[in-house]
Amino acid sequence: MSNPAQTSTFGWTILFMCWLMVSIATLGSLFFSEVMQFAPCILCWYQRICLFPLVVIIPAGLFPFDKGVVRYALPLTLAGWLTAAYHNLLYTGLIPKSLKPCSKGVSCTEEYITLLGFITIPMLSLLTFSAIAALLLLSSRRSSI
Amino acid sequence: MKYILFIFAAVSLVFAFVFASSVYKGKQAIKIAGMAKEKSELFVREHSQTYGSDDAKVYLIEFMDPACETCSAFSPFVKQIIAANPGRIKLVLRYAPFHDGADYFVKILEAAKKQGKYWETLDVMYATQSNWASHHNPQPELIWQFLPKAGLDLEKIKTDMNDPAITQLIAQDLTDAKTLGVTKTPGFFVNGKPLQVFGQNQLKELIDAEIKANYPQ
Repeated sequence: MSNPAQTSTFGWTILFMCWLMVSIATLGSLFFSEVMQFAPCILCWYQRICLFPLVVIIPAGLFPFDKGVVRYALPLTLAGWLTAAYHNLLYTGLIPKSLKPCSKGVSCTEEYITLLGFITIPMLSLLTFSAIAALLLLSSRRSSI
Repeated sequence: MKYILFIFAAVSLVFAFVFASSVYKGKQAIKIAGMAKEKSELFVREHSQTYGSDDAKVYLIEFMDPACETCSAFSPFVKQIIAANPGRIKLVLRYAPFHDGADYFVKILEAAKKQGKYWETLDVMYATQSNWASHHNPQPELIWQFLPKAGLDLEKIKTDMNDPAITQLIAQDLTDAKTLGVTKTPGFFVNGKPLQVFGQNQLKELIDAEIKANYPQ
């Protein structure tokens, strides 16, 4: 059995990194929409609804450190992950566009940026939600040993 | 200690965001200023409706949509600034009909131009906008009952508005709007400089600065 104080510090650090990631993603998303003026499509909005609250929900698990943070932070993360996964399928054309839910306003398959040839905004979202979920699970698992 | 780390991180992130925004906006402004010099046609096309003296040294370019409430609300303010600086400002209207079906009103406006009633028609459109351009229930047909106020020959409008040249001109304006990064209406440029923070005072300051630079006292 390792020192409980030490494991809780490890858990806290992981959760803190998770919060950093959520905050960076939130600001990045706001940068795209408010500064670069990319209009968010409806699927992007659903993902933002899942992401933005985590900026204030995760600190509730940081002060004081609560390994039960998964209970209240993971559901939103999973919802965001699923929406992002669907968005990516739509974006890459694996789901035919005829099924697209957003005929009005900004198209969900509108291409704004592509970094390094394959990183798109929906891809960034999916990667971010995956990382958030992984960090959340990691922070609570290690500290419960 | 953890609190300090957390607060430090939060503050740093916010600062990084503000810093990145100002760097990005600065770069955009330089890019657009470059375009203003090299490709002035992006701002003023042959077909563009203008208001004010041709000798004016300050060009106020407005990307607008007849169905946009803010454009309507800004209109008296813009007129007031132009009136306050006689002969010094030329207003150039460009179309960015982002509202669904707003092309329809641009077509009417362009058809009215052929009757020499452009500004009268635009005034009537702005004044009666709430009747036909409500967001929950747009009823473009209702505009026809207000158009006689502008002294238009409605039968002629109905024929002229189907001119394919108007469709082309709208497409051209939308392409230019995209190139210049206009995503909202009204989108203002003063001598090629974008209005970075939206607002009446900010617009006035931008115009005043250009007047000062071009008409030294």
